[in-house]
Amino acid sequence: MLTCLCDAFYGNVGISTTKILKHLGYHVHFDDRQTCCGQPPFNAGDWGHAREVARYCQSVMFPDDRLVVTPSASCAAMVREGYHLLFPDEKPPMCYELSEFLTSVVGLSEWSGTKTYKRRIAFHRACHGRAIGVSAQAEMLLASVDGVELLPIENGDQCCGFGGAFCVVEPHLSERIGHEKVRTLLANEPDEIVSGDMGCLMHLGGLMRKDGTRIPVRHYAEILAEVI
Amino acid sequence: MSTRVDKYATTIPDVQSKNVLKASAPKTTHRVEALEKFFGSASAAQDFGAATKGYVLDHLGELLQQFEQKCVENGIQVHWAEDAKEANEIILGICREAAPAGSTIVKAKSMATEEIHLNEHLEAAGFKPVETDLGEFVVQIDGDVPTHIVTPIIHKNRFEVSDSFVREKLGPKTDVPEELAAQARKYLRQKFHEAPIGISGVNFGIAETGRIVLIENEGNSRLSTTMTDTHIAVMGLEKLLPTEADLATFLPLLAGSATNQRITTYCHFISSPRKPGENDGPAAVHLVILDNGRSKILNGPFKDILRCIRCGACLNTCPVYRQVGGHGYQHVYSGPLGAVLAPGLEGVEVYGDLAKASSLCGACEEVCPVRIPIPSMLLKLRDEGYRKKVINDGIPWSLFEMGATRPFLWRSGLTMVPMAGLVPHPLKNAWTGVRELPKREGESFRAWWSKHEK
Ligand code: SF4
Repeated sequence: MLTCLCDAFYGNVGISTTKILKHLGYHVHFDDRQTCCGQPPFNAGDWGHAREVARYCQSVMFPDDRLVVTPSASCAAMVREGYHLLFPDEKPPMCYELSEFLTSVVGLSEWSGTKTYKRRIAFHRACHGRAIGVSAQAEMLLASVDGVELLPIENGDQCCGFGGAFCVVEPHLSERIGHEKVRTLLANEPDEIVSGDMGCLMHLGGLMRKDGTRIPVRHYAEILAEVI
Repeated sequence: MSTRVDKYATTIPDVQSKNVLKASAPKTTHRVEALEKFFGSASAAQDFGAATKGYVLDHLGELLQQFEQKCVENGIQVHWAEDAKEANEIILGICREAAPAGSTIVKAKSMATEEIHLNEHLEAAGFKPVETDLGEFVVQIDGDVPTHIVTPIIHKNRFEVSDSFVREKLGPKTDVPEELAAQARKYLRQKFHEAPIGISGVNFGIAETGRIVLIENEGNSRLSTTMTDTHIAVMGLEKLLPTEADLATFLPLLAGSATNQRITTYCHFISSPRKPGENDGPAAVHLVILDNGRSKILNGPFKDILRCIRCGACLNTCPVYRQVGGHGYQHVYSGPLGAVLAPGLEGVEVYGDLAKASSLCGACEEVCPVRIPIPSMLLKLRDEGYRKKVINDGIPWSLFEMGATRPFLWRSGLTMVPMAGLVPHPLKNAWTGVRELPKREGESFRAWWSKHEK
């Protein structure tokens, strides 16, 4: 599942995800009728329209028990937890976040890349993984890539302040939380900021560019794919 | 429209915000250390906490009956208050009978009495309530309100506290915390000597034995409940534990989650008034059991919020709370707890917007000692608020839905993405005020896919 932000802005994350899965021998299928999981209206409280989008997503992405993988903990959590709130009488579908899939289903504990990626990385853990037990998996894989140094982050488990529509309807809270996150991420002078969710990347990247901080903001899938 | 919390974020003085962040964030880290040191696994203790409080809520009627009966057997006088007004009347009635108007009343820290605004009522009736918890004392002399359920002056630093003490002529200016504590202590000691009545909250009521359990670190609760002739305890009706044995988990669970201690400096187990032949303790102990909207919550979708043991861990870990503290929520219960409890107690119509003041990061659920699923409750509150038209972002979700269920519209929308800067979207200013608009980075996935994979 591509996710809407990936579809609109971060094509390379989808491309990298495909490369990773193919590298591991999976046959990757992309249904071009896919759109969004329904999280934006769901989080806004408009559950009527959220149900419509969720139903559509279910019919396109989860018609049978195929394995569905997405490079976003937020969208995976929406499918597994959010659909449960929208349709309490139904068993929600299974949707794996990429790093979760690589570690729990494929069973990897390190990434078998051949290339070196010599960077000091400040990794921001996307909060929505909490709901589905996704925490340090991506960091574990990244840390195994030759050359990668993961930097310690003060209050590393704190949210970046994106929160979907939160970042525009609660702009001052979002901005304050975001600046605090940027401060702690930049504290150890990383070469790059890496995360597992495009919402966080978009928000953090946008804040930093506005402040004139030109530092690459990347999804971990891009790095894993590059070092194959 | 943004919430009251977001609006408050534009006005909070910088120093306050810094004070809150500095004091709250480390508590999240140390919480795990404290719990793991005691229990081995923080998560197992949380499971036990959730199951026990869940049992209490499922059997609340019987447990309350048992508790009342045991209290009465112990000589504690039990009163039931349906709402704040009734609670205040009951308490005033007891005070009037116990002491002449104008008497000093010493108060130990209690959120239940904050909830019913007891001090205002006591003062209006001519009594002189004095908060004896150091933080609450500062709140009182400053005419402020607590900004945290455990650490009421988390938004202040010691310099500000000293300024208040100088103003109240409690002692000379100092930045040494011990000296400040000594200044307050000297003043309060006198009050403990004068006061015929002490009022406290309740941390746990034990159904099995009818004992009231209070925990604290300063010793003021002990003085308030033992040096006075009359002790009045005010308890929310959900604050029960089935048995004494449950305390073995709950005392360290609460202390670890709230203040990162293995156990608090003082634990009081109050089982009766002074008995014949005993030298100290109050002659009368009254217990006021407060409903004030709780039974309504008990029978609704937000029942689980009544498991709360008021540890404050969800406030300390919340990214929103860390920025703005408690004032922004405009309710005695702030942070993630308040965002559910305030609308639960007072209605979605009044406090429904608080559910929006969250990025739904899930940190609160992770730290909660009784595993209250706060994020999904916030979502349910948003659903309710949206249906009741209490919250509205001004985002046309019907249009979004139309596009997201029609692949053709969706794809044609995507081709416009590179021109996003030109789209006059109503929310664009909120985004671009502080952030650059995202640009499509590199190739679009769909273009790549049709070239390479189709
Ligand atoms: S909701 Fe949970 S974490 Fe928050 S104060 Fe209550 S018990 Fe503590």
